Amino acid sequence: MDTSEDLPNYIALQTVPERKFDILPGASADLTSVTFCVKEEDHTLGNSLRWAIMQNPQVDFCGYSIPHPSEAKMNIRIQTTEKSNAIDAMDKGINDLKSVCQLMKAKFQQRCQEGDYARID
Amino acid sequence: MALEDRNRVVILEDRVENVSGAEFPLSFDGQETAFNMESFRDSFDIKIIRVTPTDIEFDLIGVDASIANALRRVLIAEIPTMAIEKVYMINNTGIVQDEVLAHRLGLIPIKADPSEFLWKHDGSVPTDQNTIVFRLDVTCEVNRAAETGETDPKIKYINSAVYSSQLVWDPKGDQGVRFESNPIKPVHDEILITKLRPGQTISCELHCEKGVGKDHAKFSPVATASYRLLPEIQILEDITGDDAELFRSCFPPGVVDIVEERGVRKAKVVNPRKDTVSREVLRHKQFEGKVRLTRVRNHFIFNVESTGAIPPETLISQALDVLVEKCEISKTALAAAVKNGEEDE
Repeated sequence: MDTSEDLPNYIALQTVPERKFDILPGASADLTSVTFCVKEEDHTLGNSLRWAIMQNPQVDFCGYSIPHPSEAKMNIRIQTTEKSNAIDAMDKGINDLKSVCQLMKAKFQQRCQEGDYARID
Repeated sequence: MALEDRNRVVILEDRVENVSGAEFPLSFDGQETAFNMESFRDSFDIKIIRVTPTDIEFDLIGVDASIANALRRVLIAEIPTMAIEKVYMINNTGIVQDEVLAHRLGLIPIKADPSEFLWKHDGSVPTDQNTIVFRLDVTCEVNRAAETGETDPKIKYINSAVYSSQLVWDPKGDQGVRFESNPIKPVHDEILITKLRPGQTISCELHCEKGVGKDHAKFSPVATASYRLLPEIQILEDITGDDAELFRSCFPPGVVDIVEERGVRKAKVVNPRKDTVSREVLRHKQFEGKVRLTRVRNHFIFNVESTGAIPPETLISQALDVLVEKCEISKTALAAAVKNGEEDE
Protein backbone atom coordinates (compact mmCIF):
# COMPACT_ATOMS: atom_id res chain seq x y z
CA MET A 1 0.00 0.00 0.00
CA ASP A 2 2.99 2.26 0.49
CA THR A 3 3.38 3.33 -3.14
CA SER A 4 2.73 6.93 -2.07
CA GLU A 5 6.28 7.87 -3.02
CA ASP A 6 5.72 6.84 -6.66
CA LEU A 7 2.54 8.89 -7.14
CA PRO A 8 3.05 12.47 -8.29
CA ASN A 9 2.26 14.98 -5.57
CA TYR A 10 -0.67 16.93 -6.96
CA ILE A 11 -1.77 20.07 -5.15
CA ALA A 12 -5.46 19.40 -5.00
CA LEU A 13 -6.04 15.68 -5.27
CA GLN A 14 -4.65 12.31 -4.36
CA THR A 15 -5.11 10.19 -7.46
CA VAL A 16 -6.26 10.61 -11.04
CA PRO A 17 -8.94 8.10 -12.13
CA GLU A 18 -7.79 5.60 -14.72
CA ARG A 19 -9.86 6.62 -17.74
CA LYS A 20 -10.30 10.26 -16.84
CA PHE A 21 -11.20 11.28 -20.38
CA ASP A 22 -13.23 8.76 -22.33
CA ILE A 23 -14.69 9.03 -25.81
CA LEU A 24 -18.30 7.88 -25.70
CA PRO A 25 -19.59 5.57 -28.44
CA GLY A 26 -21.44 7.38 -31.19
CA ALA A 27 -18.62 9.67 -32.23
CA SER A 28 -18.47 10.41 -35.94
CA ALA A 29 -15.93 8.45 -37.99
CA ASP A 30 -13.81 11.49 -38.84
CA LEU A 31 -13.92 12.62 -35.19
CA THR A 32 -15.51 15.99 -35.96
CA SER A 33 -18.39 15.20 -33.57
CA VAL A 34 -17.30 13.67 -30.28
CA THR A 35 -18.72 13.41 -26.78
CA PHE A 36 -16.08 13.11 -24.05
CA CYS A 37 -16.92 11.71 -20.65
CA VAL A 38 -14.70 13.31 -18.01
CA LYS A 39 -14.54 11.67 -14.59
CA GLU A 40 -14.18 13.50 -11.27
CA GLU A 41 -14.88 16.93 -12.75
CA ASP A 42 -17.78 19.32 -12.43
CA HIS A 43 -18.81 22.84 -13.41
CA THR A 44 -15.46 24.24 -12.29
CA LEU A 45 -13.60 22.77 -15.25
CA GLY A 46 -16.67 22.13 -17.41
CA ASN A 47 -17.94 25.66 -17.83
CA SER A 48 -14.50 27.26 -18.23
CA LEU A 49 -13.38 24.60 -20.71
CA ARG A 50 -16.62 25.06 -22.65
CA TRP A 51 -15.92 28.81 -22.86
CA ALA A 52 -12.35 28.21 -24.01
CA ILE A 53 -13.44 25.74 -26.69
CA MET A 54 -16.18 28.06 -27.96
CA GLN A 55 -13.61 30.79 -28.67
CA ASN A 56 -12.36 28.65 -31.54
CA PRO A 57 -14.11 29.68 -34.80
CA GLN A 58 -13.80 26.13 -36.16
CA VAL A 59 -16.12 24.85 -33.42
CA ASP A 60 -19.77 24.65 -34.48
CA PHE A 61 -21.13 23.38 -31.20
CA CYS A 62 -19.82 22.92 -27.68
CA GLY A 63 -21.81 22.07 -24.59
CA TYR A 64 -21.35 20.23 -21.32
CA SER A 65 -23.71 18.50 -18.94
CA ILE A 66 -23.59 16.56 -15.71
CA PRO A 67 -25.79 13.47 -16.26
CA HIS A 68 -26.51 12.98 -12.55
CA PRO A 69 -25.28 15.03 -9.59
CA SER A 70 -24.59 11.93 -7.53
CA GLU A 71 -22.06 10.65 -10.05
CA ALA A 72 -18.84 12.57 -10.54
CA LYS A 73 -18.99 12.55 -14.34
CA MET A 74 -19.28 15.31 -16.89
CA ASN A 75 -20.12 14.92 -20.59
CA ILE A 76 -18.72 17.48 -22.98
CA ARG A 77 -19.70 17.44 -26.66
CA ILE A 78 -17.78 19.17 -29.44
CA GLN A 79 -18.82 19.45 -33.06
CA THR A 80 -16.43 21.12 -35.48
CA THR A 81 -16.30 22.05 -39.16
CA GLU A 82 -14.46 19.77 -41.58
CA LYS A 83 -11.36 21.96 -41.29
CA SER A 84 -10.62 20.67 -37.79
CA ASN A 85 -11.59 17.85 -35.50
CA ALA A 86 -12.93 17.59 -31.96
CA ILE A 87 -9.70 16.27 -30.47
CA ASP A 88 -7.74 19.25 -31.77
CA ALA A 89 -10.47 21.61 -30.59
CA MET A 90 -10.38 20.09 -27.11
CA ASP A 91 -6.60 20.27 -27.03
CA LYS A 92 -6.62 23.91 -28.15
CA GLY A 93 -9.30 24.71 -25.56
CA ILE A 94 -7.27 23.17 -22.75
CA ASN A 95 -4.14 25.04 -23.88
CA ASP A 96 -5.98 28.35 -24.09
CA LEU A 97 -7.54 27.87 -20.67
CA LYS A 98 -4.15 27.02 -19.21
CA SER A 99 -2.58 30.15 -20.75
CA VAL A 100 -5.41 32.31 -19.41
CA CYS A 101 -4.93 30.94 -15.88
CA GLN A 102 -1.16 31.34 -16.03
CA LEU A 103 -1.54 34.91 -17.22
CA MET A 104 -3.99 35.63 -14.40
CA LYS A 105 -1.56 34.24 -11.84
CA ALA A 106 1.39 36.22 -13.25
CA LYS A 107 -0.67 39.42 -13.23
CA PHE A 108 -1.90 38.77 -9.69
CA GLN A 109 1.61 38.19 -8.38
CA GLN A 110 2.81 41.29 -10.20
CA ARG A 111 0.07 43.33 -8.51
CA CYS A 112 0.97 41.83 -5.12
CA GLN A 113 4.59 42.86 -5.66
CA GLU A 114 3.66 46.39 -6.68
CA GLY A 115 1.87 46.77 -3.37
CA ASP A 116 -0.49 49.45 -4.69
CA TYR A 117 -3.29 48.66 -2.26
CA ALA A 118 -4.46 49.38 1.26
CA ARG A 119 -2.68 47.03 3.61
CA ILE A 120 -4.31 46.73 7.02
CA ASP A 121 -2.53 44.70 9.68
CA MET B 1 -22.42 52.35 -27.97
CA ALA B 2 -23.58 48.97 -29.20
CA LEU B 3 -20.24 47.40 -28.26
CA GLU B 4 -20.43 48.81 -24.74
CA ASP B 5 -24.05 47.82 -24.34
CA ARG B 6 -23.27 44.22 -25.21
CA ASN B 7 -21.08 44.23 -22.15
CA ARG B 8 -23.86 45.22 -19.78
CA VAL B 9 -26.47 43.28 -17.84
CA VAL B 10 -29.54 45.55 -17.68
CA ILE B 11 -31.51 45.63 -14.42
CA LEU B 12 -35.16 46.53 -14.86
CA GLU B 13 -37.94 46.88 -12.32
CA ASP B 14 -39.19 43.32 -12.62
CA ARG B 15 -36.50 41.39 -14.47
CA VAL B 16 -32.88 41.30 -15.58
CA GLU B 17 -32.05 41.51 -19.30
CA ASN B 18 -29.09 40.55 -21.44
CA VAL B 19 -27.80 38.14 -18.83
CA SER B 20 -25.73 35.79 -20.97
CA GLY B 21 -23.11 37.22 -23.24
CA ALA B 22 -22.72 36.11 -26.83
CA GLU B 23 -18.96 36.56 -26.77
CA PHE B 24 -18.24 33.90 -29.35
CA PRO B 25 -16.53 34.25 -32.72
CA LEU B 26 -18.77 35.09 -35.66
CA SER B 27 -21.77 36.11 -33.49
CA PHE B 28 -21.46 39.74 -34.62
CA ASP B 29 -20.33 41.21 -37.92
CA GLY B 30 -16.81 42.46 -37.92
CA GLN B 31 -15.99 40.78 -34.63
CA GLU B 32 -12.55 39.40 -33.97
CA THR B 33 -12.70 35.76 -35.01
CA ALA B 34 -10.42 33.57 -32.97
CA PHE B 35 -9.33 33.76 -29.35
CA ASN B 36 -6.25 35.89 -29.28
CA MET B 37 -3.88 35.75 -26.32
CA GLU B 38 -2.56 39.19 -27.19
CA SER B 39 -5.93 40.90 -27.14
CA PHE B 40 -6.81 39.02 -23.97
CA ARG B 41 -3.57 40.16 -22.37
CA ASP B 42 -4.43 43.77 -23.27
CA SER B 43 -7.99 43.74 -22.01
CA PHE B 44 -7.33 41.72 -18.86
CA ASP B 45 -6.44 43.36 -15.55
CA ILE B 46 -6.37 42.60 -11.83
CA LYS B 47 -6.62 45.35 -9.26
CA ILE B 48 -6.02 44.60 -5.60
CA ILE B 49 -8.03 46.96 -3.43
CA ARG B 50 -7.42 45.88 0.16
CA VAL B 51 -5.49 43.17 1.98
CA THR B 52 -5.78 42.32 5.68
CA PRO B 53 -4.39 39.26 7.48
CA THR B 54 -7.66 37.45 6.79
CA ASP B 55 -9.42 39.20 3.88
CA ILE B 56 -8.60 40.27 0.38
CA GLU B 57 -10.72 42.39 -1.94
CA PHE B 58 -9.64 42.46 -5.56
CA ASP B 59 -11.08 43.13 -9.01
CA LEU B 60 -10.90 40.78 -11.97
CA ILE B 61 -11.48 42.68 -15.21
CA GLY B 62 -11.83 41.28 -18.70
CA VAL B 63 -12.48 37.59 -18.03
CA ASP B 64 -15.60 35.57 -18.68
CA ALA B 65 -18.00 34.65 -15.88
CA SER B 66 -17.10 30.97 -16.22
CA ILE B 67 -13.49 31.62 -15.27
CA ALA B 68 -14.43 33.87 -12.33
CA ASN B 69 -16.85 31.21 -11.12
CA ALA B 70 -14.22 28.48 -11.55
CA LEU B 71 -11.86 30.53 -9.39
CA ARG B 72 -14.55 30.95 -6.74
CA ARG B 73 -15.41 27.24 -6.77
CA VAL B 74 -11.75 26.24 -6.45
CA LEU B 75 -11.26 28.66 -3.54
CA ILE B 76 -14.14 27.06 -1.67
CA ALA B 77 -13.69 23.38 -2.49
CA GLU B 78 -10.34 22.45 -3.99
CA ILE B 79 -7.53 24.00 -1.99
CA PRO B 80 -6.15 21.55 0.58
CA THR B 81 -5.80 22.33 4.27
CA MET B 82 -5.05 20.35 7.42
CA ALA B 83 -7.92 19.51 9.74
CA ILE B 84 -8.57 16.98 12.50
CA GLU B 85 -9.69 13.82 10.77
CA LYS B 86 -9.34 11.02 13.35
CA VAL B 87 -10.18 11.32 17.02
CA TYR B 88 -9.02 8.48 19.27
CA MET B 89 -11.19 8.76 22.40
CA ILE B 90 -9.41 7.39 25.42
CA ASN B 91 -11.79 8.76 28.03
CA ASN B 92 -14.85 10.97 27.72
CA THR B 93 -17.04 11.30 30.79
CA GLY B 94 -18.39 14.70 29.73
CA ILE B 95 -21.99 15.19 28.75
CA VAL B 96 -21.30 15.78 25.04
CA GLN B 97 -21.34 12.53 23.05
CA ASP B 98 -18.11 11.18 21.52
CA GLU B 99 -19.21 11.70 17.94
CA VAL B 100 -20.54 15.21 18.53
CA LEU B 101 -17.27 16.14 20.24
CA ALA B 102 -15.30 14.62 17.35
CA HIS B 103 -17.39 16.59 14.86
CA ARG B 104 -16.71 19.85 16.71
CA LEU B 105 -12.99 19.08 16.90
CA GLY B 106 -12.88 18.50 13.14
CA LEU B 107 -14.25 21.96 12.44
CA ILE B 108 -11.45 23.75 14.30
CA PRO B 109 -9.13 25.48 11.76
CA ILE B 110 -5.49 24.41 12.23
CA LYS B 111 -2.67 26.82 11.43
CA ALA B 112 -0.44 24.50 9.43
CA ASP B 113 0.89 24.98 5.89
CA PRO B 114 -0.65 22.11 3.91
CA SER B 115 2.07 22.23 1.25
CA GLU B 116 4.52 20.92 3.86
CA PHE B 117 2.53 17.71 4.18
CA LEU B 118 1.83 14.80 1.89
CA TRP B 119 -1.55 13.25 1.19
CA LYS B 120 -2.47 10.31 3.39
CA HIS B 121 -4.20 7.46 1.60
CA ASP B 122 -6.88 5.41 3.33
CA GLY B 123 -5.32 2.54 5.18
CA SER B 124 -1.76 3.78 4.99
CA VAL B 125 0.36 4.28 8.08
CA PRO B 126 0.33 7.76 9.67
CA THR B 127 3.83 9.27 9.39
CA ASP B 128 5.37 12.58 10.36
CA GLN B 129 5.05 13.61 6.69
CA ASN B 130 1.28 13.24 6.46
CA THR B 131 -0.16 13.56 9.96
CA ILE B 132 -0.19 16.14 12.77
CA VAL B 133 -0.90 14.81 16.27
CA PHE B 134 -2.63 16.80 19.02
CA ARG B 135 -3.64 15.74 22.48
CA LEU B 136 -6.55 17.02 24.49
CA ASP B 137 -6.44 16.19 28.19
CA VAL B 138 -8.82 18.18 30.40
CA THR B 139 -10.30 17.38 33.79
CA CYS B 140 -12.75 19.61 35.61
CA GLU B 141 -12.32 20.12 39.36
CA VAL B 142 -13.86 22.20 42.12
CA ASN B 143 -11.99 25.43 42.85
CA ARG B 144 -11.20 25.31 46.58
CA ALA B 145 -10.24 28.99 46.57
CA ALA B 146 -13.67 30.19 45.44
CA GLU B 147 -16.14 31.63 47.96
CA THR B 148 -19.11 29.54 48.99
CA GLY B 149 -22.23 30.79 47.22
CA GLU B 150 -20.26 31.63 44.02
CA THR B 151 -22.46 30.98 40.99
CA ASP B 152 -20.19 31.76 38.01
CA PRO B 153 -18.91 28.36 36.77
CA LYS B 154 -15.72 29.93 35.46
CA ILE B 155 -14.75 30.83 39.02
CA LYS B 156 -16.46 28.03 40.91
CA TYR B 157 -14.74 25.28 38.87
CA ILE B 158 -11.37 24.84 37.20
CA ASN B 159 -11.57 23.90 33.47
CA SER B 160 -15.35 24.16 33.35
CA ALA B 161 -15.08 25.12 29.66
CA VAL B 162 -12.73 23.47 27.17
CA TYR B 163 -11.22 25.89 24.64
CA SER B 164 -9.16 25.25 21.51
CA SER B 165 -6.11 26.69 23.29
CA GLN B 166 -6.06 23.48 25.34
CA LEU B 167 -5.18 21.41 22.27
CA VAL B 168 -1.53 20.44 22.74
CA TRP B 169 0.60 19.74 19.68
CA ASP B 170 2.74 16.61 19.93
CA PRO B 171 5.58 17.02 17.39
CA LYS B 172 6.46 13.68 15.80
CA GLY B 173 9.62 12.76 13.93
CA ASP B 174 11.25 15.85 12.41
CA GLN B 175 8.19 18.09 12.83
CA GLY B 176 9.77 19.76 15.84
CA VAL B 177 12.65 20.94 13.68
CA ARG B 178 10.63 21.72 10.53
CA PHE B 179 8.13 23.91 12.39
CA GLU B 180 10.44 25.40 14.97
CA SER B 181 9.78 28.98 13.85
CA ASN B 182 6.01 28.62 13.51
CA PRO B 183 4.65 25.92 15.80
CA ILE B 184 1.45 24.21 14.77
CA LYS B 185 -1.63 25.24 16.72
CA PRO B 186 -5.30 26.06 16.12
CA VAL B 187 -5.81 29.39 14.37
CA HIS B 188 -8.00 30.75 17.19
CA ASP B 189 -7.54 30.13 20.91
CA GLU B 190 -11.02 31.09 22.05
CA ILE B 191 -13.10 28.48 20.25
CA LEU B 192 -15.34 26.82 22.84
CA ILE B 193 -15.24 23.05 22.31
CA THR B 194 -17.34 21.78 25.20
CA LYS B 195 -18.24 22.33 28.84
CA LEU B 196 -17.45 20.11 31.83
CA ARG B 197 -18.37 19.84 35.50
CA PRO B 198 -16.27 18.46 38.41
CA GLY B 199 -15.32 14.82 38.00
CA GLN B 200 -15.74 14.85 34.21
CA THR B 201 -12.72 14.39 32.02
CA ILE B 202 -11.85 14.26 28.33
CA SER B 203 -8.76 12.50 27.13
CA CYS B 204 -8.18 11.94 23.43
CA GLU B 205 -5.54 11.86 20.70
CA LEU B 206 -6.29 13.82 17.51
CA HIS B 207 -4.81 13.13 14.09
CA CYS B 208 -4.90 15.87 11.45
CA GLU B 209 -4.76 14.98 7.77
CA LYS B 210 -4.72 16.85 4.49
CA GLY B 211 -8.04 17.16 2.68
CA VAL B 212 -10.10 19.39 0.37
CA GLY B 213 -13.46 21.12 0.82
CA LYS B 214 -15.01 18.82 -1.81
CA ASP B 215 -14.59 15.97 0.65
CA HIS B 216 -15.72 17.75 3.84
CA ALA B 217 -16.45 21.42 4.47
CA LYS B 218 -14.05 21.43 7.43
CA PHE B 219 -11.19 21.40 4.92
CA SER B 220 -12.34 24.60 3.19
CA PRO B 221 -9.64 27.30 3.60
CA VAL B 222 -12.09 30.19 3.17
CA ALA B 223 -14.79 31.44 5.47
CA THR B 224 -16.39 32.66 2.28
CA ALA B 225 -15.31 33.53 -1.26
CA SER B 226 -17.75 35.52 -3.35
CA TYR B 227 -17.87 37.97 -6.20
CA ARG B 228 -20.29 40.56 -7.54
CA LEU B 229 -20.43 42.43 -10.82
CA LEU B 230 -19.54 46.11 -10.88
CA PRO B 231 -22.77 48.15 -10.85
CA GLU B 232 -23.18 51.07 -13.23
CA ILE B 233 -25.74 53.87 -13.06
CA GLN B 234 -26.37 55.68 -16.35
CA ILE B 235 -28.15 59.03 -16.09
CA LEU B 236 -29.81 59.47 -19.49
CA GLU B 237 -31.38 62.89 -18.81
CA ASP B 238 -30.28 65.48 -16.25
CA ILE B 239 -31.89 65.20 -12.84
CA THR B 240 -32.07 68.60 -11.15
CA GLY B 241 -33.26 70.41 -8.02
CA ASP B 242 -35.41 68.51 -5.52
CA ASP B 243 -35.47 65.48 -7.78
CA ALA B 244 -31.71 65.33 -7.42
CA GLU B 245 -32.06 65.14 -3.60
CA LEU B 246 -34.55 62.28 -3.93
CA PHE B 247 -32.24 60.61 -6.44
CA ARG B 248 -29.34 60.78 -4.04
CA SER B 249 -31.39 59.26 -1.21
CA CYS B 250 -32.28 56.27 -3.41
CA PHE B 251 -28.69 55.05 -3.30
CA PRO B 252 -26.30 54.25 -0.42
CA PRO B 253 -24.36 57.32 0.82
CA GLY B 254 -21.36 58.14 -1.35
CA VAL B 255 -22.72 56.80 -4.64
CA VAL B 256 -24.42 59.95 -5.93
CA ASP B 257 -23.32 63.54 -5.34
CA ILE B 258 -25.05 66.83 -6.11
CA VAL B 259 -22.96 69.27 -8.14
CA GLU B 260 -23.79 72.85 -9.02
CA GLU B 261 -23.44 73.58 -12.74
CA ARG B 262 -24.38 77.04 -14.01
CA GLY B 263 -26.67 77.69 -11.07
CA VAL B 264 -28.50 74.37 -11.46
CA ARG B 265 -28.06 71.60 -8.87
CA LYS B 266 -27.59 68.32 -10.75
CA ALA B 267 -27.16 64.76 -9.61
CA LYS B 268 -23.91 63.06 -10.58
CA VAL B 269 -22.76 59.48 -10.02
CA VAL B 270 -19.37 59.52 -8.28
CA ASN B 271 -18.82 56.03 -6.88
CA PRO B 272 -21.03 53.33 -8.41
CA ARG B 273 -18.90 50.64 -6.77
CA LYS B 274 -20.55 51.32 -3.42
CA ASP B 275 -24.01 50.73 -4.84
CA THR B 276 -25.89 47.67 -3.60
CA VAL B 277 -28.36 47.77 -6.55
CA SER B 278 -31.50 47.87 -4.44
CA ARG B 279 -33.40 49.31 -7.45
CA GLU B 280 -35.09 51.84 -5.14
CA VAL B 281 -34.71 54.44 -7.89
CA LEU B 282 -36.89 52.38 -10.25
CA ARG B 283 -39.81 52.73 -7.84
CA HIS B 284 -40.20 56.47 -8.40
CA LYS B 285 -42.21 57.67 -11.41
CA GLN B 286 -40.25 60.88 -11.83
CA PHE B 287 -37.09 58.97 -12.81
CA GLU B 288 -38.73 56.86 -15.49
CA GLY B 289 -36.62 57.03 -18.64
CA LYS B 290 -33.96 59.16 -16.96
CA VAL B 291 -31.88 56.43 -15.33
CA ARG B 292 -30.61 53.04 -16.44
CA LEU B 293 -29.25 50.51 -13.92
CA THR B 294 -26.75 48.08 -15.37
CA ARG B 295 -23.89 45.84 -14.34
CA VAL B 296 -20.62 45.42 -16.23
CA ARG B 297 -20.54 41.79 -17.30
CA ASN B 298 -16.80 41.16 -17.14
CA HIS B 299 -15.79 43.20 -14.09
CA PHE B 300 -15.82 41.00 -10.98
CA ILE B 301 -15.34 42.37 -7.48
CA PHE B 302 -14.04 39.45 -5.43
CA ASN B 303 -14.15 39.29 -1.66
CA VAL B 304 -12.26 36.38 -0.12
CA GLU B 305 -12.10 35.79 3.63
CA SER B 306 -9.65 33.16 4.81
CA THR B 307 -10.16 31.08 7.98
CA GLY B 308 -6.61 31.98 8.96
CA ALA B 309 -4.78 28.79 8.04
CA ILE B 310 -3.54 30.20 4.70
CA PRO B 311 -2.95 33.95 4.06
CA PRO B 312 -5.40 35.36 1.48
CA GLU B 313 -2.87 36.31 -1.22
CA THR B 314 -1.46 32.78 -1.14
CA LEU B 315 -4.99 31.42 -1.46
CA ILE B 316 -5.56 33.15 -4.80
CA SER B 317 -2.20 32.05 -6.22
CA GLN B 318 -2.89 28.49 -5.09
CA ALA B 319 -6.36 28.53 -6.62
CA LEU B 320 -4.92 29.58 -9.98
CA ASP B 321 -2.24 26.86 -9.63
CA VAL B 322 -4.98 24.30 -9.04
CA LEU B 323 -6.78 25.43 -12.21
CA VAL B 324 -3.55 25.12 -14.20
CA GLU B 325 -3.02 21.66 -12.70
CA LYS B 326 -6.52 20.63 -13.81
CA CYS B 327 -5.64 21.69 -17.35
CA GLU B 328 -2.38 19.73 -17.30
CA ILE B 329 -4.09 16.59 -15.99
CA SER B 330 -6.77 16.99 -18.67
CA LYS B 331 -4.15 17.25 -21.40
CA THR B 332 -2.48 13.96 -20.47
CA ALA B 333 -5.86 12.32 -19.97
CA LEU B 334 -6.98 13.47 -23.43
CA ALA B 335 -3.88 11.98 -25.05
CA ALA B 336 -4.54 8.72 -23.18
CA ALA B 337 -8.17 8.71 -24.30
CA VAL B 338 -7.16 9.14 -27.95
CA LYS B 339 -4.71 6.26 -27.60
CA ASN B 340 -7.38 4.11 -25.90
CA GLY B 341 -9.78 4.95 -28.70
CA GLU B 342 -7.28 3.81 -31.30
CA GLU B 343 -6.54 0.61 -29.38
CA ASP B 344 -10.21 -0.23 -28.94
CA GLU B 345 -10.65 -0.16 -32.68
